[in-house]
Amino acid sequence: MSKLHLYLLAGLLVLAGAAATAYKVFVLGFPLTPDQRSEIWRVEVQLNYDADGGPAKVLVNVPAETGAISVMDQGFAARGYGVTTERTALNRRAVLSIANAQGRQYLYYRVVVDLSKPEAGPPEPPPTSRAPRFRADELPVAQTLVDDARTKAADAQSLAAVLVDRLKLARPGDEASYLLGRDPMQSQARVPVVAADLLVLAGVPARVVNGILLKPERRNAHFVRWVEAYDGERWFPVYPTDALRDASRYLLPWWRGPALMAHVQGGSNLSTDVTVSRSLEFSTRVAVARQRALEHRLIEFSLFGLPLQSQLLFRTLLVVPLGAFVLVLLRNVVGFKTFGTFMPVLIALAFRQTGLVAGIVFFSIVLSFGLVVRFYLEHLKLLLVPRLAAVLIVVVMLIGALSIVSHRLGVDVGLSLGLFPIVILTMTIERMTVAWEERGPKDALQQAGGSLVVAGVCYVLIQHALVRHLLFVFPELLLIVLAATLLLGRYTGYRLVELRRFRVLAK
Amino acid sequence: MNGLFATARALRERGVLGLNARNGEFMLPWNPRRFYPLVDDKVLTKTLAREHGVSVPEVYAIIEIPRQIRELKAQVAKHEEFVVKPARGSGGEGIVVVTGRTQEGYRKIDGSSIDDHELAFHISNILAGIFSLGGTPDKALVEYRVNFDPVFDAVTYKGVPDVRVIVFLGVPVMAMVRLPTRKSGGRANLHQGALGTGVDMATGKTLTAVLGTRIVDVHPDTGVQVSGIQIPHWQTMLEIATRSYELTGLGYQGVDIVLDRKLGPMVLELNARPGLAIQMANRAGLRTRLEAVLRDRDGLKSAAERIAYARERFAAKPL
Repeated sequence: MSKLHLYLLAGLLVLAGAAATAYKVFVLGFPLTPDQRSEIWRVEVQLNYDADGGPAKVLVNVPAETGAISVMDQGFAARGYGVTTERTALNRRAVLSIANAQGRQYLYYRVVVDLSKPEAGPPEPPPTSRAPRFRADELPVAQTLVDDARTKAADAQSLAAVLVDRLKLARPGDEASYLLGRDPMQSQARVPVVAADLLVLAGVPARVVNGILLKPERRNAHFVRWVEAYDGERWFPVYPTDALRDASRYLLPWWRGPALMAHVQGGSNLSTDVTVSRSLEFSTRVAVARQRALEHRLIEFSLFGLPLQSQLLFRTLLVVPLGAFVLVLLRNVVGFKTFGTFMPVLIALAFRQTGLVAGIVFFSIVLSFGLVVRFYLEHLKLLLVPRLAAVLIVVVMLIGALSIVSHRLGVDVGLSLGLFPIVILTMTIERMTVAWEERGPKDALQQAGGSLVVAGVCYVLIQHALVRHLLFVFPELLLIVLAATLLLGRYTGYRLVELRRFRVLAK
Repeated sequence: MNGLFATARALRERGVLGLNARNGEFMLPWNPRRFYPLVDDKVLTKTLAREHGVSVPEVYAIIEIPRQIRELKAQVAKHEEFVVKPARGSGGEGIVVVTGRTQEGYRKIDGSSIDDHELAFHISNILAGIFSLGGTPDKALVEYRVNFDPVFDAVTYKGVPDVRVIVFLGVPVMAMVRLPTRKSGGRANLHQGALGTGVDMATGKTLTAVLGTRIVDVHPDTGVQVSGIQIPHWQTMLEIATRSYELTGLGYQGVDIVLDRKLGPMVLELNARPGLAIQMANRAGLRTRLEAVLRDRDGLKSAAERIAYARERFAAKPL
């Protein structure tokens, strides 16, 4: 009876999941595979500031259509604010004003851009000349640099390249570093600004461009800067780093000039947070548009209706159940031994920050050192909670040490390792010690190996682009995953490893 | 792949029980979770056993709070030998076996001596939960030291041999003798390297043994043949095993019985999650026997009926 109940329930779940998915695929036309050619990007900016408590005005630079970039859609979400746009000398600017602002203010700006437009935009107006922004004491130094660069350059393009290189290779004490300023952290960021001014001094119209590197699913994206110079016919870009040049196709120019993106009058502590995603909504915009036309509001209640930050979270969250399902499969059908029930899934999530190979290497290193320390602690006969805390402290120190070592060795995973969840490692060390003591080293190593293998399999699955796409666009597939998990709950057949264990009985 | 399916089919035909089936078809339905504390806490197990007249090593003292440690000396004064163990310990951790007195205090089984202060410190560690699973606070048990019957001396490498009987709904279905080896460090757990010897349910004679996943016929350390040994008091052991079901209400359990030279069989521990290696020791599947019990249990009212059923139905068949 209860078995029939289970089968009926599972059947219903599968039916519901499959039906909803089929409806979305065949009727609404959502794509089954992630559309890799989609070059439509969605950028969200969150602006907050503390209002002084009176009239306030926020001036925000917004992207203008230039070159291969077309702005498909943009808008502000700012309750109580009046929004106007205006053109400044170099940029388009939005002005948000309010008569009476109290407390922390939150404003959102959203823009959707299409990078795939092949044809060039309208010819840009020839530049208006401007004076370089050098102080009187900087001017002779700048002039020396320009004169020096002129002897090595044939035209505006090569002059710009020579100047940027010169600034990049600035050494403490030389002319270039004098212009860039003392602070080494600031000086690299100032390269494009100084380069533009040097070009202007050399008689080549130039300006700083601020933009964003469009990468799928980026939170807290930073603005980057490069230089645009005019060679008499058109503007050409000069990038301060090779990385930026290589990625230039995905650079979204936002505003020009050395100013900040936004500033506020009548408030303080303005901060901005930028989120970027390749827009699924617009790669499926036919489906969405058709639904809107039919006045079905279902789409507003789907995950697409969430703010971008939440959407990114859900992209990860929705694959976790699949990881859990794989775990059930590997434990109860194959017979892998793992630490804890869901430890491998958590480890797999941690691997997302480090990558698989680096993650496994670092996991093993921290685990081995942690085990040595834990075995030493065993002699001290500590009680459970202080013991766990001690292991946690050691794990943090180990991660710190490993980050330094890996950085020295030039391996660039150190930084991401800092985010490697320490609690997971601590609990794994504790469980492994207990297993080691109670069931012997062989068993403990088997469990550790099993955990890593299961974590690896889960990782590969939850990082798979198609899997992520399917679960995000069709979250109802989780009903099918649930049904399969319920059915596995009643699987009482042999585990794969038992076939080996009991093989003498089969003869 | 074909080989795997063939193996699975062969195992199914022999009635071999897998972990999933043990958990899903026998433990989950027949072992209500509320009964688990009865077997996880040795103090509770013993109290129950005494109430039901099942023989267990006599308890000299139960120490629950540090203040009681002071009274220990007086409590053990008239006992030359005794054992101190944690109530919720596992894998033999934290057990101190005292075999006599010395000038400084007590003589331990390995010949070294331990004074009152050291013993008190050990007990306070037990109370703090250092040896208990999960590190929760625990009780210390001071009890009679079992004087092992010499029957298994030739096939034991140090440590404590015991008889494990799997009992399903009060019917003893399968048994094995667990013999410590050098590898198991004196412990009787099969996954730690101990030897498990199958037992003919009808006669109480040992069969061949399993070591890891191998079938063997001699003890790896002593080289003595392990099969064909007659377990003394076999009928009494079966009676103890079948009564332990009434004791705990756990339908599927393992009963660990030791043999005292003078006092005969005694229950040392009950286990709600007994392992499956016993099938290899007996070269027989548990599932066949468990299903037989399920089929016939209505006709098996009394303990005597259940034992007679087990001796008749689960007699070893010559391979």
